[in-house]
This record gives sequence, structure tokens and C-alpha cells, in this order.
Amino acid sequence: MPGSAPQSAKVRPRVGLFVTCLVDLFRPSVGFAAVKLLTGAGCDVDVPTRQTCCGQPAYNSGDKATAQQLARQTIAAFEAHDYVVAPSGSCAGMLKLHYPELLKGDPAWTARAAAFAAKVHELVSFLVDVRGVDAVHAKLEARVTYHDSCSGLRELGISDQPRKLLRSVEGLQLVELPDADVCCGFGGTFSVKYPDISSAIVERKAEHVAATGADLLLAGDLGCLMNMAGKLSRQGRRIAVRHVAEVLAGELAEPAIGGRP
Amino acid sequence: MSTLTSPDFKDNARAALADKQLQRALSEVAPGLAARRSAARAALPEFEALREAGRDIKDHTLAHLDIYLDEFERKAAAAGSIVHFAPTAEDARRIVRDICRDAKARLVTKGKSMISEEIGLNAALEGDGLEVVETDLGEYLIQIRGETPSHIIAPAIHLTQDQVEADFRRLHTKLPPDRQLIEPSQLVAEARQILRAKFLAADVGITGANFLIAETGSSVIVTNEGNGDLTQSLPKVHIVLASIEKMVPTLEDAGTLIRLLARSATGQEISTYTTFSTGPRRAGDPDGPEACHIVILDNGRAELLASEFREVLRCIRCGACMNHCPVYTAIGGHAYGWVYPGPIGAVLTPALIGVRNAGHLPNASTFCGRCEQVCPMKIPLPGLMRHWREAEFSAGDAPLLYRLGLAAWAAAARRPRLYHTLARIVMPVLATLGRRRGRFRRLPLAGGWTRHRDLPAPQGRTFQALWADHHAGVPR
Repeated sequence: MPGSAPQSAKVRPRVGLFVTCLVDLFRPSVGFAAVKLLTGAGCDVDVPTRQTCCGQPAYNSGDKATAQQLARQTIAAFEAHDYVVAPSGSCAGMLKLHYPELLKGDPAWTARAAAFAAKVHELVSFLVDVRGVDAVHAKLEARVTYHDSCSGLRELGISDQPRKLLRSVEGLQLVELPDADVCCGFGGTFSVKYPDISSAIVERKAEHVAATGADLLLAGDLGCLMNMAGKLSRQGRRIAVRHVAEVLAGELAEPAIGGRP
Repeated sequence: MSTLTSPDFKDNARAALADKQLQRALSEVAPGLAARRSAARAALPEFEALREAGRDIKDHTLAHLDIYLDEFERKAAAAGSIVHFAPTAEDARRIVRDICRDAKARLVTKGKSMISEEIGLNAALEGDGLEVVETDLGEYLIQIRGETPSHIIAPAIHLTQDQVEADFRRLHTKLPPDRQLIEPSQLVAEARQILRAKFLAADVGITGANFLIAETGSSVIVTNEGNGDLTQSLPKVHIVLASIEKMVPTLEDAGTLIRLLARSATGQEISTYTTFSTGPRRAGDPDGPEACHIVILDNGRAELLASEFREVLRCIRCGACMNHCPVYTAIGGHAYGWVYPGPIGAVLTPALIGVRNAGHLPNASTFCGRCEQVCPMKIPLPGLMRHWREAEFSAGDAPLLYRLGLAAWAAAARRPRLYHTLARIVMPVLATLGRRRGRFRRLPLAGGWTRHRDLPAPQGRTFQALWADHHAGVPR
């Protein structure tokens, strides 16, 4: 079992898992890894069915009305939970920082958005910073590198937490990625609106990844991971790509992202 | 006005990505600037506090801009300068042309000024028959090539040394053809030799201003070549071109911002030359111009002051946002298609030339947030770009297919039951199609993605479907 709850946590908090649309649709195994990690950290996990997407595609396309509707829908879905945890820095950043901004002109929702935002966390930082987890009971013989996804890093300050837990994985050798804090070029709808530029950016990222000599690339956001995995495989590079939660939870039965079954 | 190609941003970007010479130039310079800024920041423990102080100075000034503009005008006049307010680019061009005509000028030297680019000054002066010579090395290089700046502090960042050498040999035909132009210092020495004669012969010198100081009526320029000093002190007439947001209340405030400017721009603690000018030559001064004109341009900025884009007026034009932008460093500045490239251009350009012309600029960002992280003035650049996207979306200016796609997705996302039902049907089908390889090399409607990279196949059933079974006791 991964993780261990601090002794002081007598009552098991009720965590609502914000699955994220990409994990729900493309990689459910990340959701199950998150549940395993959260349960191991002494939480009861629940998955509201009234959640869909955090609304970033609308918000970042200038469709504020749709983004506000999705914000209200998501807030309402998680009102009974002590915490809202997402296996994505990007979605967690949206929920935590941008929902209050989106709803600030709406008197009926200002307080609800603030209360909601206060309990939102990205998965790995929740484990380390809130639940006090400092090691996981996982094992993986691999040379691993880690990409800092932009929103998690810059909006939520996630940087040390995943590295700390990865170092506790038995057999895992962590090598730092040059320019780990530089964008991978995904940018949500950017990747399809400006595919040529997005491709040039992720090509640079792929070169840096290859330069580390790692056989496994990890990050905390499925969008970035699908972008980098798609470029690495298109280039014929044999570097596996996974969500960091899969490694921390020891949930590696599924093929890597874009990997052959 | 600088040639406008912002509407062709996508084509510009594609051409830039295919331009090997440009790619080489970009890969050599931009990462170095970012690394130097990072080192300078690390060497100054109070850097973050300084950023906050800088932001507060600018916010305060913008909140009372009318008062400080007024004070500046009075103090500058008391020092003997003549202050002109130019509501539009055309007004600014007319004012400068009139001053040059009254001075019976034939040769004008220029220090680096982005306002000059914004108002298309060189073409206007050349139209009047004047010889206009850029004296900043980078500006000189692009002037002799007939190009525009591709970066606000490193205007020739898109050029490689080979290109510069070839241009010098082509243009400076009076110099010995067998001269060596291998070291950067040899190129600089040759430019200096050519420019020295122009400095001495110029009738009017035009510079920009990094800051205008209200309490003293001074203008401040920051350079590394000293060309600005020769431009403003040798000719009979000095013209300062500045926009309204260059104002700061006090000398002390300018000092705070200068500490941020050089570090953010080039990683220097301070630029080689920082020059404060207050009025023309006084009796007993050993040198200096006989007349000093300060042209203060609005050109749409006062409107920004009262809008949700106000914070962009804090910008001190250091260029750090460009040096740290994954998009700018991939395509360079010319692709943005107007005077101001990169993240700052993505916010400022739509305000100055209209979002219809510059709509691509605020859209062509991954919202990675690195620009905001390094901005010495803490301008929330991605947030301001998002405001432009909102303006564009409300006006119905986004491409139709994109809007339809977004509307279809939104219709489902707002109805969780429908959304999950659809997902349960579609994803297993997609998973089956992609099962053999684990990824798609091509997929209808996903061409933008799959042209450049594979699309990882979904695992099969959705998480919500699996979780429902899991709860009902069905094994995964």
C-alpha cells in the first residue's frame, strides 16, 4: 500500500475526486491510481457523477458564459466534500484560482466559489502538503525524468512534492530534465489551433527528454503527457510516458501512454 | 506605420519555423538572455520585493497620470524643454516633422525608440527628404536591410553574424574589401566608424525614453552602446519620443525601476549607460542641444487606462516576456506582424491596431504563465490575453468551425448525464480502433494534432463507467 496517514488524522476526510475529462476519457488507470494513493493516505474517496470538465476549453477560448456554467456545476457537485482533489495541476488551478475569478460578480456564488477553492488540491501536493505523506511503498527499476507542467508549477507551486515522493520509490533513479519548467507546447486548444508552433515546441521538449537518457517520462497532467508521448512515439523514440500517480501508486499494469498493449 | 501582417500570423509562423537561419539565430540568443536574467535575479535577494515596489510605483502613477503629466510638463518647461502632447500617431509624426523643418534639418540621427516604430516615423521623415540614420547597432543593422525590429530590446535578434558581415561588405564599399570581419568587435568597430561621422553631422537627434520623471521634468535613456548620448547631445535639436505610460513621479522611483529593467532585460545589474536629461544646454554647459522637445504620445493608451487592460501600461519594455515565451522563441518577432511581438505584443497590439487585425496574437499562447512569472512589473499577461479572447468571442469573431465545435462540446459538458452516456459509447469504440498500436497516426477531425504527433489511444471504458461497476461490486 502506498503512503501512510499521519497519526493525528483520526477522522478520515471525505475527498471528492475531480477525475478530469482527459483521465475519465483516455486513461482511467490514473483515476484508480489516485484513489489508491488517497485511500492509502487515510482518505475516503468519492467520485461525484455530476462532474464533467473543469471548463478550461471554454474559459481559454473566451467563452466566459459556458465556463461560468461549468464552474457552478462543478462547485455544486462537490459541496458535501472536505476536499476536492484532481490528478492535474491545470484543472486544479482552474478550480482553485479561476473559479473565484469567474464568479466574483455573482453574489449568489462568490462565497460558494471561495469555500470550494479553499478545499481544492492537486493530487501529489495534497498527499505531501495536506496529508503529510513523505514516502510511498512502490517499486520501479527505471531511469525516470519529470516534466513540470506549467499550471501546476506556476499557479500552484508544485515542484518539490512529486520529486520527493518519486525519490522514495524503490529502484527509481530520478534524473532532472533540462528546462523542465518550460512549456511542452500543449496549451489545450492551442495544440490544435496552432499545430505547427505547438509541434515545434514539443520537438524541443522531446530532445531534452531524450538527452536525459531516461526510459520513462513522468508529469502530473495528462494533456501534456499525451502531447509529449505523441511526439516521442512519432519520432520513433522508445521512451515510455506515464502519469506520476501511476508510478507512485505502483499501478503499472496498463501499457504506457500511447504504448502498444 | 510599420507594415501590418498580423492577420497572416499563421503563415508567418510557418515560414519562420522553416527558416533555418532564423532558427539558428533564435536558438543562439534567447536562451542566453533567459539564463542571464535568472542569474541576476538569484544574485539579488530583494528582487521579488523590488518587483512589488515597481508594480506599486506604476499603479500609483497610472492612477494619477493626469497630475503627473501636468507636473512633468511644468517642470520640463521650467528646465527649458518644450513639451508636446500627441493624441495620435499622425499628430506625433506631424510634430516631429515640423520641428525638423523649423530646424532646417537634413540629417537626423536616432537612438532606439519603439515609439518611433509605432508611429512609422522614419518613413515620414524620409518622405520629407531627410536622411535618417539609426545609431543603435541592432537598429542600424535592420535599417540597412530594410527590416523592422523583431525584439523590443534586441531588434536584430533574428540575424546571425554571417548575415551582418555580408551586409556590411555590400554597403560599406568605401572600406578596404580585404578587411577582417570575423570577431563581433570588428563588426562593432566598423559600425562605429560609419556612425561617428553621422553623429557629428546630424542636425536633429531623436531618442526614446525609458522613463519620464515628473518631479524634475527629466527623460531617462538606458543603453549599452552610448549611442543615445551622442544622439541627444551632439545635434542642435534633441527630440524625445515617449508614450504617456513612461511617467514616474520621482527620481527615486526611476532608480527602483532601473534596477529591475536591466536585470530583467539582459541580466545586467545596470546598463552601461543610464542618462538623465533635463532641458537643453544651459549657459556654461560644455555641450548639449540648443533645443529639447519632448513629444508625449497617447495613441489609444488613455482608453486602455480606463479598461480591463490597464495593467499592460505598467510595462517597462524589458523584453523578458519574449525571452521566456515558448512561442516567441520558436517563431521570432516578425511573425507577430506588427511593432510589438511576444506576450506584451499579444496584449498591446490588439489595443493599438484592433483585435480584428491582431486576433491571432492573444490566441497564440499556451498560457504557460512564464511571461507573467518573469515580468518585472507583474503584469498578468495571460489573463489580459484571455480578455482579448473574450472580446473576440463575444463579437463572434472566432472561426465558425471552432465556435461550432466548442458549442457542441459545451452542450454536452453542461449535461453530465448526457456527457457520460456519450462518453461511454464513444470511448470504447475509439479504444478498439486504436488497440493494435496503442495510438493513432491519423484520425478524422484530429488532423491538427496527428499531422505532427500521434494521438495516444484511450484505454477503453471511461473512469466513470468503471467506477460505477467498481461500486456495484463488479470486478475491474
